[in-house]
Amino acid sequence: MSELRFEEALARLEEIVRSLEQGEATLDEGLVLFEEGVKLARFCNEKVDEAEAKIEIMIQEGQIETFEVKEQ
Amino acid sequence: MVFVQPISVSQLTKQIKAALAHASLQDVAVEGEISNFVHHRSGHMYFSLKDADSRIKAVMFRGRNQRLSFFPKNGDTLIAVGSVGVYEPNGEYQLYVDLLLPQGIGDLHIAFEQLKAKLEGEGLFDSKRKRALPTLPHRVGVITSPSGAALRDILNVLQRRHPGVKILLFPALVQGEGAPDSLIQALSFAQNTDVDVLIIGRGGGSFEELAAFNNEGLARAIAQSSIPVVSACGHETDFTIADFVADLRAPTPSAAAELVVPLREDLLVSVTSFQNRMVNALQRRIESERRYLKRLRQNPVLQKPEHTINQRRQRLDELWTSLGRFHRHAVVLRREKLAGVVGKLETLSPLNTLARGYAICQNDQGLILREAKQVSLGEIVHVTLREGSLSCTVEGKKP
Repeated sequence: MSELRFEEALARLEEIVRSLEQGEATLDEGLVLFEEGVKLARFCNEKVDEAEAKIEIMIQEGQIETFEVKEQ
Repeated sequence: MVFVQPISVSQLTKQIKAALAHASLQDVAVEGEISNFVHHRSGHMYFSLKDADSRIKAVMFRGRNQRLSFFPKNGDTLIAVGSVGVYEPNGEYQLYVDLLLPQGIGDLHIAFEQLKAKLEGEGLFDSKRKRALPTLPHRVGVITSPSGAALRDILNVLQRRHPGVKILLFPALVQGEGAPDSLIQALSFAQNTDVDVLIIGRGGGSFEELAAFNNEGLARAIAQSSIPVVSACGHETDFTIADFVADLRAPTPSAAAELVVPLREDLLVSVTSFQNRMVNALQRRIESERRYLKRLRQNPVLQKPEHTINQRRQRLDELWTSLGRFHRHAVVLRREKLAGVVGKLETLSPLNTLARGYAICQNDQGLILREAKQVSLGEIVHVTLREGSLSCTVEGKKP
């Protein structure tokens, strides 16, 4: 799931929720969907919880450094 | 006087037209008063522009005048931007107007309006071209002055809304002669990074100070960017060309940061809400399957299977009893019948006949004799009585 983007995960999760709410799948299918949904929810939560703030500045093309915000 | 071959009126007119096609008469801005204004049924506007000493005929075709934000009328002093040409059929020179602007507007404004009309005409502002921003950007790119207030505001808002967001800053000049190129270069650097949304902007300023963001080159660079661009150029009310071309316009740099990154809490709430809905939906489903199962189990067939069996047993007994009765009845009938037959049989038995005194007469060969002519005189016949038998000689017979 590392290549999965947050948006896509959230969209798929929403799809699964709707599917389960409409109740069209069999109980077996429903359980499989639920499992997928749980994995996606976990992934989304992890993405949201990433608290490592990182501000960088590109001083020249291809050269990136950490940026210190100067208080003015 | 030299005699020259005469040319036709059309030829002369064409020469005049060519002479007036000089560059200095193209894309001119003329200030004058509107008179003889006619808005033709075709949509084209015909009028004259005049001042104290001269007048010139003008036409603004429908395609151009549709975009006017005001309605020109006689007496208005306006600035008409357009080109001089010749209308051959009646030998008149006139001003073909592309833009009509209110009086007092400066060079910069005229240039702005011209560029805006031009780029709009090319479709660069079309809403269909505008891309959606990512819900949660992996990395936000910011193109602005590294020392301006705009950057501070953007960083503050981004970090407040979503502490974990990654930011990459592309410093640029936002004012002065070098600004457009600096901004264009920053945009170009950004294309090769993993930034998935860009904020380009600066703090507030006068129309002149914002000039870099009205630059044609910058507008085209924004249009060509493969990364969605949010423009944030200072004032709430001013619009720059960059604002029109960008995928989204924010009234201020802080507003741009809000548009670009969702509130972390909101995202968490969404995900939690989905989780809850999923769990509830599954629970309801399981519950409904359980109820169905319960209903099935309560069906009497499954509840008391002996009941059915007993019913069947009882029926079986009844049938058996019926069968028994029928059988005995049948036996009795047969016995009676048998007795009847036996009785008859006994009556017909020769032994019975013999008992009554009759005798059976047979010849020597054993043939039972019924008629006298079956024997001759002197033959031996055998007579069987009820008890014992006789051998006799025929002494006489009749007939």
